Amino acid sequence: MKLKGKVWKFGDNIDTDAIIPARYLNTSDPVELAKHVMEDADKDFPSKVKAGDLIVADSNFGCGSSREHAPIALKAAGIQAVVAKSFARIFYRNAFNIGLPIFESDDASVKISQGDEIEIDADGGVIRNITKGESYTAKPIPPFMQELISTGGLIEWTRKRIKAS
Amino acid sequence: MTITEKILAAHSGREKVSAGELINAKVDLILANDITAPISITEFKKIGAAKVFDKDRVAFIPDHFAPQKDIKAAEQCKMLRDFSREYDLSLYFEVGRIGVEHALLPEQGLVVPGDLVIGADSHTCTYGALGAFSTGVGSTDVASAMATGECWFKVPESMKFIYRGKLNKWVSGKDLILHTIGDIGVDGALYRAMEFEGEAIRSMSMSGRLTMCNMAIEAGGKNGIIVPDDITEGYVKGRAKRPYKFYSSDKDARYVEVKEYDCSKIPLTVSCPHLPSNTKPAAELSSVSIDQVVVGSCTNGRIEDIREAAEIIKGKKVSPNTRMIVIPATQQIYLQCVKEGLAEIFVNAEAVFSTPTCGPCLGGHMGILAKGEKAIATTNRNFVGRMGDPGSEVYLSNPAVAAASAIKGRIAIPEEVI
Repeated sequence: MKLKGKVWKFGDNIDTDAIIPARYLNTSDPVELAKHVMEDADKDFPSKVKAGDLIVADSNFGCGSSREHAPIALKAAGIQAVVAKSFARIFYRNAFNIGLPIFESDDASVKISQGDEIEIDADGGVIRNITKGESYTAKPIPPFMQELISTGGLIEWTRKRIKAS
Repeated sequence: MTITEKILAAHSGREKVSAGELINAKVDLILANDITAPISITEFKKIGAAKVFDKDRVAFIPDHFAPQKDIKAAEQCKMLRDFSREYDLSLYFEVGRIGVEHALLPEQGLVVPGDLVIGADSHTCTYGALGAFSTGVGSTDVASAMATGECWFKVPESMKFIYRGKLNKWVSGKDLILHTIGDIGVDGALYRAMEFEGEAIRSMSMSGRLTMCNMAIEAGGKNGIIVPDDITEGYVKGRAKRPYKFYSSDKDARYVEVKEYDCSKIPLTVSCPHLPSNTKPAAELSSVSIDQVVVGSCTNGRIEDIREAAEIIKGKKVSPNTRMIVIPATQQIYLQCVKEGLAEIFVNAEAVFSTPTCGPCLGGHMGILAKGEKAIATTNRNFVGRMGDPGSEVYLSNPAVAAASAIKGRIAIPEEVI
């Protein structure tokens, strides 16, 4: 799987209230949520973001609430993947469970700039910066997470387990 | 093994587990609320399971935007009610019976020591105060566990926090945990178990312990946990709806890091905008004017918290420049407040005394901030826009500091008003 697109850069501790403020959580409709994605971090973001764009952030991305609406809103807004130094643990689970690809990379987080065009080789764990002509390594995705992705997410994985038992 | 490892081992049918291992474990209780359960319900139906794994172990608690704040919120709450009827869930809590989930479940004896609990709410880590392993997960995790009764976990590394000595006057569990988060940062315990111990913990009420474990997530922790003792026993005896088991950490248990604090040096502590780790002594913030005070939430909405605020404000008035909203976390606490005359104290002080709800904590309803307004709250998060407009600010404190601030109309410490 190769993911290529333009980068939106964010700092550290991007919390779930910034990704999707709680005032919009009286619905779980992805299309509605996408209209407000990241608006408390950058109020114009929902109108500027284009399908296929990527987010690169610093450490502890997705901290705070357990709301799955956060990765859902990012995915529905067309964000292909998020790269960060580290992710908050519930966001990490949620992203894999719903099928939003995420990658941990110290190097990429530091060296990629706003507007850079990058290409992520998900299988090889390599992030290529086309704009700067650099390459960075992403931390390997744990085998169980790979299994979740290849099965099509946690729900499909659970369905198969129930059928098999 | 640590207490966390022992509980995880016991629930995954193993003699031993160690940090970093991936396990599939049986859960004793699953919970979700009116914001997170709708997604769980939709996803659960995709699995195609005929029933939930155990109709007495799935708790649906519409507490965030309930009493239903608008039509969309009402529709979400209705999804929970309809599903609960269709699948005959015994732990559905209607308005009038609800409380804020993490105050309600321990109070009702529905989570017990030794349990493994998951909830589609990040503050599910609260129940570690009972000596249970409990952690927040996503809605899809809950959907999967509703079908199978199991959930996958990476066994966390454990970090130990030792609190030596006695607490200063008015300093509580809230101040200890804010101080700790200020020390280690909002990702200082990322993916880790936070085990709290020491003289100050041993002498702390269950209320203070629940507050501390509640905020483990604000340091990135997977769970907060306290080895149960006589105080735990006193709390669960007479409440527990299921048999319980006390686990403890072995002397040779492995901790990746040990932090020690001298409680005599921990002051009344406030987290300033916009991160819980941005802490300062309350006494240094007297120039911060306050538009709104909130006392309540899963962090500090228990009877002990409300009593503390009432003790400060009794016979006084909320500053004319400020509004104060007091929200007991459960119906039982609400009734207790009425019986003890606490409700009267707040109304006489010209504060609002509300029915249980998460409400303003997450900027839902019942006290939203306008642009430029500042609040001090006994809640758990002060991110940008948490309680309203992205241009508003939230300061986090214990109930005594919040009540003193209500009287002064600025951040104040109890000594200034009594």
